[in-house]
Amino acid sequence: MSDVYIVGIDMIRFGRYPEKTVPGLAAEAALLALDDAGLTIRDMQALFCGNLGQASGMVGQRMLAEIGQTGIPVTNVANACATGATAFRDAWMTIKAGVYDTVLAVGVEQMGKGLLGGGGGVSPEGLVGSYTMPAMFAHIGMEHSKRYGTTFAQFAQVSVKNHHHSTLNPKSMYRVETPLKEVMGAEMIAWPLTKLMCSVNVDGSAAAVLMSEKKVRERGLMDRAVRIRASEMSSNPFEDRQMAMPDFSGATRVAAANAYEQAGIGPEEVNLVELHDCFATAELVHYENLGLCAFGDAGKLIDDGTTALGGRVPVNVSGGLLSKGHPLGATGIANIYEVSTHLRGKAGERQVEGARIGLTHVVGGGPGMGTACAIHVLEKV
Amino acid sequence: MTDTILPFVKAGDGAPYLAGSRCGACGEVFVGTRATCAKCTARDQMAPVHLAQTGKLYDFTVVYRSFPGVKVPFIDAIVDLDDGAHLKGTLMGVDPDPATIQFGMPVTVEFREAVPAGADRPYLTFVFVPAEGAKS
Repeated sequence: MSDVYIVGIDMIRFGRYPEKTVPGLAAEAALLALDDAGLTIRDMQALFCGNLGQASGMVGQRMLAEIGQTGIPVTNVANACATGATAFRDAWMTIKAGVYDTVLAVGVEQMGKGLLGGGGGVSPEGLVGSYTMPAMFAHIGMEHSKRYGTTFAQFAQVSVKNHHHSTLNPKSMYRVETPLKEVMGAEMIAWPLTKLMCSVNVDGSAAAVLMSEKKVRERGLMDRAVRIRASEMSSNPFEDRQMAMPDFSGATRVAAANAYEQAGIGPEEVNLVELHDCFATAELVHYENLGLCAFGDAGKLIDDGTTALGGRVPVNVSGGLLSKGHPLGATGIANIYEVSTHLRGKAGERQVEGARIGLTHVVGGGPGMGTACAIHVLEKV
Repeated sequence: MTDTILPFVKAGDGAPYLAGSRCGACGEVFVGTRATCAKCTARDQMAPVHLAQTGKLYDFTVVYRSFPGVKVPFIDAIVDLDDGAHLKGTLMGVDPDPATIQFGMPVTVEFREAVPAGADRPYLTFVFVPAEGAKS
């Protein structure tokens, strides 16, 4: 089977746009991606549109109403924090299956400020533990501390690194340095997570044009193409504590093993990673889940600068969800945009020199919901 | 009668308990009632059980910021019950100081009535408290 390529990809700068609409934000990213490919909506044979907040609101169709109603099939996708990556993978599958040659994938979200989590009805929050996202990811960090002695300062260092990276990314929501003392001294949300160790709720959108190999050659677009070496998804395999304590590791390990196998590479061949740092604790845990280091060594990786820009395998050079922002439905495609930009050698000040292979990872879910994970391996053409 | 905060908390006619199920095929114990085993996929093997009311603290966080109206700080605890089930709850009776809370400390389940944030009446709920002899 021939490969599938990204020929156009872009994102809007993440931020707060209360005056805009969800389809409007989606349309902005879609047009940017089409322009990047040098194509128009008339060239698209299908659309996969990822969004969580208006999952029943036909966002894809409403977006087409803003940029051109050509009658193409639209699939609206919702899959927690893996929503955008799921739309992207669905687009990839239709091309891989030989159904279409040129497909548009869009991810979009408009969010309020404040804590995520909880649900409807009478809330057990406080009486029966906590159901906030920070508390869930605090547990994951505490479990890592218990097993391996990981410290508050090591978790905090993740935020120092990613906020530093974001100062080099014009599409990041925040672009300010946050020294270790400031990160550790910020408002404590759920031990060991301070406010600066929690990702930012923002509005945003990202989009990609995917194309079959045959069509890329026919249209002469190989000069801007990025090869998709692997596209994998997983849900949470059974883990003992998952109903009490949502598990984001099992699904990540399953998808990572399958992605490396599909790509025919090992983790040591990866030159940069955009992973799901929804909270600082998550980044360290996923170093191990993605095979960037042995279990228990994540603290060492952040201490010695391996995952900082200039290190052996820079992680979240975009600024990550922690600083660039985390518009849930857009994040998956925004991660793919970041890695693609490095593989094209167009990442400017934050360019990972000589990047040939990059990996993107998103994983989402919630208490009692289960998890969705998506991993993509991309290669410079 | 007082409503219960979560479906697996049962008033039990004056003797409150936590409802669980045990898989007859693989032995896994779940919080709440269910028909199929999520672990081994066996069907029609689930037997209802009353969950253990003793266990050990597996993991915790101290929550300092919560939803509006929720009193903070509080300890959000993950407990491994002695029958093999795993349960989230609030740990009371110890200082909410991350530096002094001990992983593995023995706890017991206690039932009480409490008014959830935003509600106007009490519900039957449960908390973890340090087991006798484990009190600091």
